[in-house]
Amino acid sequence: MCLAVPGRIVEISDTGDIAFRVGKVDFGGIRKEVSLAYTPEAEVGKYVLVHVGFAISVIDEDEAQRVFKVLEEMGAVKEELGEIPH
Amino acid sequence: MKFLTEYRDQKAAEQLAAAIRKKVTRPWTIMEICGGQTHTIVKSGLEDLLPREITLVHGPGCPVCVTPIELIDKAVAIAKHPDAIFCSFGDMLRVPGSTRSLFDVKAEGADVRIVYSPLDAVKLAKANPSKQVVFFAVGFETTAPANAMAAWQADHEGVENFSLLVSHVLVPPAMEALLSSDHCVVQGFLAAGHVCTVMGFEEYFPIAAKYKVPIVVTGFEPLDILEGIHMTVSQLEEDRHEVENQYTRAVRREGNRPAQQTITEVFEIAPRQWRGLGEIPASGFQLRGRFQKYDANRRFPFSGEPARESPECISGLILQGIKKPHECPAFAVKCTPENPLGAPMVSSEGACAAYYHYGRRQNVQPELSGTESR
Amino acid sequence: MADVKTFNLSCPVPRVADDRIVLAHGGGGRLTHQLIEKIFIPAFANDALEQRHDGAVVSLNGARLAFTTDSFVVRPLMFPGGNIGDLAINGTVNDLAMCGARPLYLSAGFILEEGLEMATLRTVVTSMRDAAAKAGVKLVTGDTKVVDKGKGDGIFINTSGIGVIDEFPGLAKQARSGAPPLNDLPQNGVPLVSPKLRDVGTPVATIGPASVQPGDAVIVSGDLGRHGIAILSVREGLEFESPILSDCANVWPAVEALLAAGIEIHCLRDLTRGGLATTLNEIASDRNVCIKLEEVLIPVNEVVQGACEILGLDPLYVANEGRFAAFVPAFQADAALSILKSIEVSQGAMQVGRVAETPVRTVVLQSRIGGNRVVDMLSGEQLPRIC
Repeated sequence: MCLAVPGRIVEISDTGDIAFRVGKVDFGGIRKEVSLAYTPEAEVGKYVLVHVGFAISVIDEDEAQRVFKVLEEMGAVKEELGEIPH
Repeated sequence: MKFLTEYRDQKAAEQLAAAIRKKVTRPWTIMEICGGQTHTIVKSGLEDLLPREITLVHGPGCPVCVTPIELIDKAVAIAKHPDAIFCSFGDMLRVPGSTRSLFDVKAEGADVRIVYSPLDAVKLAKANPSKQVVFFAVGFETTAPANAMAAWQADHEGVENFSLLVSHVLVPPAMEALLSSDHCVVQGFLAAGHVCTVMGFEEYFPIAAKYKVPIVVTGFEPLDILEGIHMTVSQLEEDRHEVENQYTRAVRREGNRPAQQTITEVFEIAPRQWRGLGEIPASGFQLRGRFQKYDANRRFPFSGEPARESPECISGLILQGIKKPHECPAFAVKCTPENPLGAPMVSSEGACAAYYHYGRRQNVQPELSGTESR
Repeated sequence: MADVKTFNLSCPVPRVADDRIVLAHGGGGRLTHQLIEKIFIPAFANDALEQRHDGAVVSLNGARLAFTTDSFVVRPLMFPGGNIGDLAINGTVNDLAMCGARPLYLSAGFILEEGLEMATLRTVVTSMRDAAAKAGVKLVTGDTKVVDKGKGDGIFINTSGIGVIDEFPGLAKQARSGAPPLNDLPQNGVPLVSPKLRDVGTPVATIGPASVQPGDAVIVSGDLGRHGIAILSVREGLEFESPILSDCANVWPAVEALLAAGIEIHCLRDLTRGGLATTLNEIASDRNVCIKLEEVLIPVNEVVQGACEILGLDPLYVANEGRFAAFVPAFQADAALSILKSIEVSQGAMQVGRVAETPVRTVVLQSRIGGNRVVDMLSGEQLPRIC
């Protein structure tokens, strides 16, 4: 029910009315049309979190690294990020 | 996939698990609120990495599971209308009502359709003017902005043959209800990350203070949950009870303001029945003002038979974390995904379904991880 | 606040859906198996059927033949990477290959719906012709029926096939525990083992679940989930940057290469409805063993993974049409992988796990982060009408 997946905006259609603003979002190779009504700050190239066809948040890319920085400080080995499962 | 799969990294998971082990000195019971988090925990076998002092219990964070049986019966009755097209997310189809589920009546010929977004239902209404299109608006606060937008767009475009059967539930009142119960075993919470993406986490401060429990807003990937547990355990060991945010890449303290504005325009807070838990005041949404015309309850008067729960389903105890699914006598015996007695066995985020599919049964556990059965 | 419910420990009869067929009975998972176990096997009981393999191995005048049948009801008829015709040929060819048999002759029965466009039929038949030629099989007999409009979905096809098991070196040695000596199993009254080999005292076993042993390596012939996602992409109207094509293909060349190289193949099974998870559960169950998998080793294409994420599917359960699992002794795993990677249809082969003794009848997965979970048999139908 709370399934929300991050994807990258590749295209935006602006009709002028924010309520009807939609974008094309890429999820690892699949593209879906997503409502951007709730993320007025979203731009092409940014990542958004999508839930039932709506972007509910723009991913903060700096904060996304936070847990790995914390682990580094803990003395963890720095891992290759963005590893794709084969 | 970026911002997803890196949070499944094994080395990082082991490091976080080791950090948790270092912190822990006593037993603690932590509840994750959201069914999506339960799903990740069970699917990744995350509990195998935790020290045995930590007990994870699963919360009522499955809106499908807590939708009152009366509403399922109502949905089924509406779906059987020859003029109706009943739209829903996939999960709701197999939830058992008193006698039938939506899936049963679909097999018998009712026009029941699975949609991906509530806006699809509005599209269907525009494309089928002679039909009544009804959308089953189930969900936590996460889904409310989408449902609100569907109603808003329908109103804006003058669509009349559209209505919503609303079953929205709110997390903070449910947490309070759990915490104020005498049976409450929970000492710390992993709050639902996507709910907080929409609503922010202001509402949790008074709860943390009143009940003296740490509340950590947590994401859904294994590293998120491990980090959330680490933060919760740190608070517990240090006798703190604060609200913290683990899911910082998606959640801000104030949440998503535009989404909240639309929600407030379309919905108002109301008391709600939670299947298995009873009525919790001020714990749901209902349509307000000019959007009340879209209430399917008004459009389809219902004089059905009184609802009948299976006497064996203990979902109430499961949803409060008092019992685990494998402790239910019916679990995997009479109650299976093919023949569910209650909602938690049906929903993909239900604790019973998760335990069933990923084998958290008494007899398998010792051999899986070489530890005592949890 | 909610009442604490008291338990009722008495046992009323459960509500079971076994008075009618539901779609899930065709899903390949639990309900399909119940149907087979409760209705079909008891009615037709014989030793060949008891093998419960993709095809039956029977003996005829000293030759060992494999015989199989499959029906195709896929919707939509056309999908990225193929159509129902390709499936109909390759599906049956692959079932024969899973017995270690060289596919030779096929039959095809068509049930056509009134109103079907002739052009569609031509496309399907042309695909079948091409697939058959590529597989080196001949379609030698067939049948056609037409049903009223609304009583069929365009086209249903049944294909049956015959193949021959050549005497390759290294055919699975007799299983050391559990399975009876296979040369004792009567097959149409004719022993499996040819008189020549029986004199030498070397029993030759069938490739099938009965030969699987603890310690065996579990290999998949390529990445998972393409066929199911290709079908879904049409049904759900998914848009892809570059489309996912069904992996529908004939796998006999890969099997032939393994046999010719003398690999001691214990079992082969293709991964169709219900995916890898269902196949492995069937084998673990039939053979009373445990199969242990490691998630990091399981090959899934990134785009397929993405589709599974947004659709909420698990790639382990998604259908394939050109992939199989092979069980070989551990010491031959590297050699088998080498051979498979040199053949086009299996170039993505990976070892994904191994067979263990306990916990019996269970498939266990070690997740990416190191925790364990059970990979259950599919419940209900994840995706109906997938093949």
